Amino acid sequence: MRRLFESDPGGKVLLAVLAALTVLVPLANLAVPDDSPLHLSTYAVTLIGKYLCFAMLAMALDLIWGYCGILSLGHGAFFALGGYAMGMYLMRQIGDRGVYGHPELPDFMVFLNWQELPWYWLGFDQFWFAMLMVMAVPGLLAFVFGWLAFRSRVSGVYLSIMTQALTYALMLAFFRNEMGFGGNNGLTDFKDILGMNLQSDGVRAGLFVASAAALAGTYLLCRFIVGSKLGRVATAVRDSQDRVRFIGYRVERFQVWMFVVSAVLAGIAGALYVPQVGIINPSEFHPLSSIELVVWVALGGRGTLYGAALGAVVVNYAKTVLTGAMPEVWLFALGALFVAVTLALPAGLVGLVKRFASTRGESGIRDGRLQGSPLRVARRLLGK
Amino acid sequence: MAGNIARLLLLTVSALTFVPVDAADDEFAESLAALNTRSFDDKAAVAEAIAASAHPRSMLVLEALLEGDLYRERRGEERIVLAEAIDGGYRVSEAATGEALGETGRRGVRKITVNNQLRRHLRGLIAGMRLDDPDPVERVAAAEAIAEADDASLGELLRAHRGVEQDASVVAAIDAALVVFDLDAESAETRLAAIGAASEMLDPRVRRKLTALAENKSEPADIRSAATNALTDIEQRAARFETIETIFFGISLGSILVLAAIGLSITFGVMGVINMAHGELIMLGAYTTYVVQTAMVALWGDMGLETSLFVAIPAAFLVAGLVGVAIERGVIRYLYGRPLETLLATFGVSLILQQAVRSIFSPLNRAVATPDWMSGSWQVAQGLSITYNRLYTLIFAGLVFAALLAVLTRTRLGLEVRATMQNRPMAQAMGIRTARVDALTFGLGAGIAGVAGVALSQLTNVGPNLGQGYIVDSFMVVVFGGVGNLWGTLVAGLSLGVANKFLEPVTGAVVAKIVVLVFIILFIQKRPKGLFPQRGRAAEA
Repeated sequence: MRRLFESDPGGKVLLAVLAALTVLVPLANLAVPDDSPLHLSTYAVTLIGKYLCFAMLAMALDLIWGYCGILSLGHGAFFALGGYAMGMYLMRQIGDRGVYGHPELPDFMVFLNWQELPWYWLGFDQFWFAMLMVMAVPGLLAFVFGWLAFRSRVSGVYLSIMTQALTYALMLAFFRNEMGFGGNNGLTDFKDILGMNLQSDGVRAGLFVASAAALAGTYLLCRFIVGSKLGRVATAVRDSQDRVRFIGYRVERFQVWMFVVSAVLAGIAGALYVPQVGIINPSEFHPLSSIELVVWVALGGRGTLYGAALGAVVVNYAKTVLTGAMPEVWLFALGALFVAVTLALPAGLVGLVKRFASTRGESGIRDGRLQGSPLRVARRLLGK
Repeated sequence: MAGNIARLLLLTVSALTFVPVDAADDEFAESLAALNTRSFDDKAAVAEAIAASAHPRSMLVLEALLEGDLYRERRGEERIVLAEAIDGGYRVSEAATGEALGETGRRGVRKITVNNQLRRHLRGLIAGMRLDDPDPVERVAAAEAIAEADDASLGELLRAHRGVEQDASVVAAIDAALVVFDLDAESAETRLAAIGAASEMLDPRVRRKLTALAENKSEPADIRSAATNALTDIEQRAARFETIETIFFGISLGSILVLAAIGLSITFGVMGVINMAHGELIMLGAYTTYVVQTAMVALWGDMGLETSLFVAIPAAFLVAGLVGVAIERGVIRYLYGRPLETLLATFGVSLILQQAVRSIFSPLNRAVATPDWMSGSWQVAQGLSITYNRLYTLIFAGLVFAALLAVLTRTRLGLEVRATMQNRPMAQAMGIRTARVDALTFGLGAGIAGVAGVALSQLTNVGPNLGQGYIVDSFMVVVFGGVGNLWGTLVAGLSLGVANKFLEPVTGAVVAKIVVLVFIILFIQKRPKGLFPQRGRAAEA
């Protein structure tokens, strides 16, 4: 554990912030009286909780993009699948309190005149089963897709486009009423989780703490993977796939492994996201959301993990503020962000901080590792 | 425009023909007055005279007579009037002129009676007059109405008219109507002959009659079996036409895909640049069409609308091309060799373009009108018609493809593009300004996207999200066809379009799309370089 944190100031900061949030946010929400200036509204708690889920998703993407060179433009699909699995559990929890009062079927199925629950909804009334599916469904999809793709050495841009097509196809499928996932409207009107009222402040705070803990856990897990032998081979694959293959490693196995882990983490993030925002619908599958996710990572600084979390929070906070105040400006801002980050900030915000740090005398290369392409490392070493 | 000229001509002609307006009207009024008789035979003769008079109101009067809306005044001049029942009486107007004569009591007018024989005669006269209408669409409707009425006495009229009819669609409609009559004919031979003729026809009335014949137990066996055979023939023919139609729809969809993808095939395939703003360049082309059309309609009215597309094509090429050059110079040139970064940056550009259009033109869809020469459809055969806008789009896609191929293989620019693509340092050594070639190539790809936008503006809604719907499809087409291969793009686009249209009736439109997407995803796993992979040294780069 100690070895994990050597020369990882960013990670320390992230974990410290998360620990502080875990204590302070529920405290400010539950213990501080409503009229105090220090009081945090339940809305704010949910909002921060949402950011944390996005941060977790971004970290999952950074694990494969930053450390394995796989740019997935369909990671929103894994997030949404995890969310749908959670949503199905929450739908079953509604029981007979729906608008139509059917003891078993969710409202939209009654509306569509369905007589019984489709087979793939069975078991989702059990929390443990739903949680299993939250991880199994995205994991399985990632495994099948990754195994097919990496085995035939589809990589780089092709893989990105394929993942985009994957999430696009899933979006089209989930929009259909016949799929049995609520079609256009998705799943919503949730009431309870584990028998507790989803709207109550306590449950909200609990979900927040769970999100913060999950994010911290994700960070530790990713840091562990990246530092392990597997992670080092994966990083080598990122830098030169062919060379690693010639040395004798089965490149595709490392890629599939990383891809599956990342997809499972994205699924968990989705499962934490859904009870907090109270809805999951097919628009989460939209290729646009997945690409937006990439810019969170790029802005924060890829290949650092904590940078991804930082980028997700910064972009989403800007989105909340801008879409509220000046909705016209938001897409301009996001678009400009894409261009500016790729042109001017290839190492993201974290890179910017590091550059400031290194001009103050510290070396930019620590521990033999440096983020970025080998070419840039070489240039830096040659002093250009 | 054409309509206006025709109307003007009609006015002139009618003015010339009816110079002695009063004389013709007087004659018409006189013949109308003759309807004031008890004999139905006399009435029939008068009706024929009215029909022959070609007076503008003759059709109206005959229809009124048929419907029982024609009356005679009981007092005074005993004029023939059109009457409309109102509370406690009638509102009347003079039949010959249409002049309103106010209201009258229930006993003020007396109906001009008709019997069944006269009714049948009137129907024939009216149908005959409608068959003389200058508009072929009216004439087809008249022939169909006759067939629908199933009044065999009108058969002779149709037969007579068929001899003078010029328009093929009217002739076909008349033939169908005649067959319908002949299928009921007294003589078995006529019926048999009619069945033979019917096997070529897709008219639903003919099919109904044939089905009735085949099931009628009182018919001779040979007629029944002939009818059954004819029905099978017709069904096979209908199925064949359906297949042809599906193929055409597929090719038409494919041509749209090719149009959308071909610009991408250059920027992605030739330059290795992932241009996520490609869809938005298509959208810019569509909006250019909208602007050009609005301006030209404002300036020259209908004439502007008819010709606007021809102006819009080069305009869209220029607008999208210039935006493309700006994107290349401003963003992409700093990112060569880093395809993933290009992807992100151009995606940012696409967001900016979308929002810009949304801010300038509002988020609502804009209506781009279809000029007259592109609307309507071409009747290839009975039961098989092809809409002109799809046909022209198909031809247009072919022309754009040919032009692009010519530019790349036959011009100096194309040579430089290929040289730069194959070996950049060598091309530079030979004196090619590769930076300029890059900008021009990207501009060319972008311009083609704009041109695709012109075509799409005729087929779908023009809105800020127009491009988004095509970006995934376009990439699929390019990747499926093999990157850097224009012919591959063509084959891939057309085959995906046809596959989509064949799947649609079986699975529904959305599932068809999903199936095609999944197929491509699996195909790429099997053959990562697409249908027609590049070979040789360039492939390794």
